Amino acid sequence: MKFSLGKWLLPVYSGLALLFLMIPIGYTFVYSFNDSLKSNITWQGFTLDKWFNVCNVQNGAVCQAFGNSLFIGAVATVAATTLGTMIAIAIVRYRFRFRSQTSLLLFLPMATPEVVLGAGLAAQFLSVGVPKDMLTIILAHTMFCISFVVVTVKARVASLDPALEEAGRDLYGSAVQVFARITFPLLLPGILAAALLSFALSFDDFIITNFNSGAVSTFPKYIYISAARGIPAEANVLASAVFIIAIVVVVTVQVTGAAKARRLARLS
Amino acid sequence: MAFAAFSSTAAPTTDPVTRRRSPVALFLLLPGILYLVLFFLTPLISLLLTSFQAPREFGDIGQFDYAFRWQNYLEVVTTYWPHIVRSFSYALAATFFALLISYPLAYFIGVKARKWPLLQSLMLVLVIAPFFISFLLRTLAWKQLFSDESFVVQSLKALSLLGPEAHVTGTAFSVIFGLTYNFIPFMTLPLYTTLERLDVRYLEAGSDLYASPFHVFRKVTIPLSMPGIVAGTLLTFIPAAGDYINASRDFLGGTGTQMMGNVIEANFLVLQNFPAAAALSIILMTVILVIVSIYVKRSGTEELL
Repeated sequence: MKFSLGKWLLPVYSGLALLFLMIPIGYTFVYSFNDSLKSNITWQGFTLDKWFNVCNVQNGAVCQAFGNSLFIGAVATVAATTLGTMIAIAIVRYRFRFRSQTSLLLFLPMATPEVVLGAGLAAQFLSVGVPKDMLTIILAHTMFCISFVVVTVKARVASLDPALEEAGRDLYGSAVQVFARITFPLLLPGILAAALLSFALSFDDFIITNFNSGAVSTFPKYIYISAARGIPAEANVLASAVFIIAIVVVVTVQVTGAAKARRLARLS
Repeated sequence: MAFAAFSSTAAPTTDPVTRRRSPVALFLLLPGILYLVLFFLTPLISLLLTSFQAPREFGDIGQFDYAFRWQNYLEVVTTYWPHIVRSFSYALAATFFALLISYPLAYFIGVKARKWPLLQSLMLVLVIAPFFISFLLRTLAWKQLFSDESFVVQSLKALSLLGPEAHVTGTAFSVIFGLTYNFIPFMTLPLYTTLERLDVRYLEAGSDLYASPFHVFRKVTIPLSMPGIVAGTLLTFIPAAGDYINASRDFLGGTGTQMMGNVIEANFLVLQNFPAAAALSIILMTVILVIVSIYVKRSGTEELL
């Protein structure tokens, strides 16, 4: 009896822990169907209305904020992924001076609390006299995403077999051709993972945005400001939709990745 | 989402490629490094300069001049010492509970579930799932689940586990609860990446030598998973100490639970007392850097950086 209890304790516990993690997600999803008026606190009955008319509330303020977040996320992701990938390649492949200082500079933004990053940038924009708007948010987001891109892509560059590129050069490929036809395609999964991570970080960032956004609204900022008066169910609809899309993307990547690994295993 | 960063640093790398010196390196590094100098390093310096600023004579609110007014630090420490203490003690408590909750979960996913790769990846997706839904909405969901009219609080009161006048939100408990919940994935993922590579033969060797399961766990499993423990606790402690959403009055906190982040925000964005906000930020950053460097040195996981 005691034996079987010990055997089941860990799996049951793990299931419960995961269930615990899912509680607020389930809550957000369920309340996106709440037939509520202004605030979405008590259950008023089921409706699909909010899902079909997301932008109708408050003259579309939720959708405006959501659109801003998508735009900021997209621009910051492209910028951070480009800069970060370049650094990752340089770190793995080349020798250069100030190597340890460079890694420290890349590590520090990840070890700095967001409130310090946000206040620091805001203090700098203030002293230089830059007005806070969409641009300052994008500059801030790009900054904190770079380090995460570097560590993600670095692992991929390190696992790349240099013999493949040498083969390309031996076959008279130019430096540009070798990069475009061999290096880049092989790095692509790592770059895509880094881009996804950047986008997720930027899209959900509130603290740094709050210090550097001025009057511009983003989705998290909208939620923070409305929290005192009550959040309309439309915000739950948008968050749930993002959640579903993200889960579908992650599961697809996992499944295709596993299938690819199996194909490669069969070839070798 | 920092898990990806820390998990990949721990990934096994192939033989270090013979690194070349080339001007290409400069071309690759310069834009990104310049960017970080401009938007990470100089902001920290301007934060330091701001923290010593003095109010302008006959100036309006929010007008300050560069000076060396070190008394700013004295003032913020005497005014806000409860917030400073609260930040670090709440963060410490949340890190402790997150480790306690995450370790068995990570152990199950990383060691016991190895036989079932599909279950393993499904569980991992569930661990990172909270990242895909707004941090603020998740925290608000807990606020509503813990509100005075909620089913949870009503039943606790009916069972007399909670006094009739008691509240759950706005207390230290709810803030630490929120911090713990929000950072469990940051703790679980680095733990998982080290436990996943744990060689179970070491555990078998331990029990073959007549060590009790507890002894094996303490002498073999824990030391071998130390890099994950260090990464996970740092990934939880640092953002938790600087967080101000959970402790905010509109979320899980109340007037008596405000942390450093809350007063930094209030001083910077509402009161326009920029030097006070800057001094508090510098204190927060310094304490964290000191803790991180001591902790990393003592646990012998410097290669983590």
